[in-house]
Amino acid sequence: MASHRVRPKTAGTYVRRGIVLTYLFLLVVWPVSLIAQHTFGNGFGNLHTALTDPAVTSALRLTIYVSIWAVAINTVFGVGISLLLTRYTFPGRSILSALIDLPLSVSPVVVGLALLLAYGGTNGLFGPALNSAGFQVAFATPGIVLATTFVSLPLVIRELVPVLTEIGTDQEQAARSLGAGPWQTFRRITLPSIRWALVYGVVLSLARSLGEFGAVKIIGGNIAQQTQTATLVVEQKYQDFEQPTAYATSFLLALIAVAALVVVTVLRPKENPDGD
Amino acid sequence: MTTTTTLTAGATRRRRPRSATSLTRSSGLGLGIALTWFSLLVLIPLGLIVIQSADGGWHTFHDTITSPQTASALRLTILQAFYVTVVNVVFGTLIAWVLVRDEFPGKRLLEVIIDIPFALPTIVAGLVLLSLYGPKSPIGLNVANTERSVFLALLFVTLPFVVRTVEPVLIELDPEVEEAAASLGASRFTILRRILLPALAPAITAGAALAFARGISEYGSLVLLSGNLPNHTEVASVRILTYIENGDKAGAASIAVILLAVALAAILLLQLLTRAVAKRG
Repeated sequence: MASHRVRPKTAGTYVRRGIVLTYLFLLVVWPVSLIAQHTFGNGFGNLHTALTDPAVTSALRLTIYVSIWAVAINTVFGVGISLLLTRYTFPGRSILSALIDLPLSVSPVVVGLALLLAYGGTNGLFGPALNSAGFQVAFATPGIVLATTFVSLPLVIRELVPVLTEIGTDQEQAARSLGAGPWQTFRRITLPSIRWALVYGVVLSLARSLGEFGAVKIIGGNIAQQTQTATLVVEQKYQDFEQPTAYATSFLLALIAVAALVVVTVLRPKENPDGD
Repeated sequence: MTTTTTLTAGATRRRRPRSATSLTRSSGLGLGIALTWFSLLVLIPLGLIVIQSADGGWHTFHDTITSPQTASALRLTILQAFYVTVVNVVFGTLIAWVLVRDEFPGKRLLEVIIDIPFALPTIVAGLVLLSLYGPKSPIGLNVANTERSVFLALLFVTLPFVVRTVEPVLIELDPEVEEAAASLGASRFTILRRILLPALAPAITAGAALAFARGISEYGSLVLLSGNLPNHTEVASVRILTYIENGDKAGAASIAVILLAVALAAILLLQLLTRAVAKRG
């Protein structure tokens, strides 16, 4: 790690600092703070209107339900896939490792279309079979869970893989040689060392899940009070000229996102501790 | 944050020798389950897009992407994503520089601010930008329903990418090398060109690839801001949605496959750069 002793500050230091702060203020800080201003412009009225609107409350409930499912699925598979990628060799491992990142780069609209082609009720690949088994995916909650799981899939894995690689396998092997079973080794040795990375990944997945818009709109169909999530209700309320409600709902979503970031920043080990 | 791939050679060097084992029966079963899930969720659905786009034959694909409205949407998307990427290369590197080399109170807060565009729901991002740069702008700057709104929205959502890929590399870079060069008489421009840029180039490229891929695929933040005017502010992902709503899945898949190819290319580039850096380190 580079040394972090104090370097002399030149005029350039202040110019660069000024440019960066202005840029970030105009692009992020000012616009985001206006959300709070629009929400609380006349006290808690807007928030109250939003939270007593059945369309908003049912959307928030759906979003929370879907996010919990998506995060749970991604945590289980994330831990599993991370362990497989770092602890075992098998053909195609590097391809799998590259493909895991794909969901972060794919357009949400493309995700929605892809899921519709696979799980659409009438002419999807699996949709009709699932439908006749009494399980509707597209335009129903399972489809929204799938879309949300898709877009937040890599987040846990991306946090865990570097940590698992870094800690190595010495302790795990020691535990195994002393007679611990795989589950005991995982619970007593591996899990404690990846704990914070896992929390970090879960918080990020949660933030991402709450905010998904495009994929959920296509696979869910945006049916009010049925498959309309919180982000979709923001769009509708804004276009229906119920802008205070749109702002209040946005404020709630933004609040959760920023809270998640603060949690993550506090938890994250400092990469360049001050005064080292 | 998560959007970054650590391109530091140091991280690779510190890596302990891997003592990976081949699959046991239970881990093989786990891999089977994981791969099945990943295929059902990601690979098969995305594969169906490729199949669907090829289904109508070359003519359908060609007719779709050359229809004036779609061609205009693709042009706008690629062009604005490109502009935004260029701005990100400059400002992202500058922000990373300030975050690593500068010390001032509230720097930790800046780290949070950088990540806000990533964590904020995209529809909220659009609404947020609309409140400062829309019709009711307190500074009288209204870009809503113009091409500039597309640029602005993409600039917002792609902010973290270059910053987060360049930052770890810059942390690893020892300022003493620059000081040594300066003491040997190198000008600041020479130091930038001969020492800093070669070291940062892979990270900047990686960040730029991610930003471009994100830019061309953006949808949520544009819905409220750009107005989706055909031939004017309509982007590729909005075109896909229109095709889906009209029941033309082959048309939708034709544009989707282009976006998918760019996403894959970005990931491939990232992998190659990561490997190249690891080798050099």
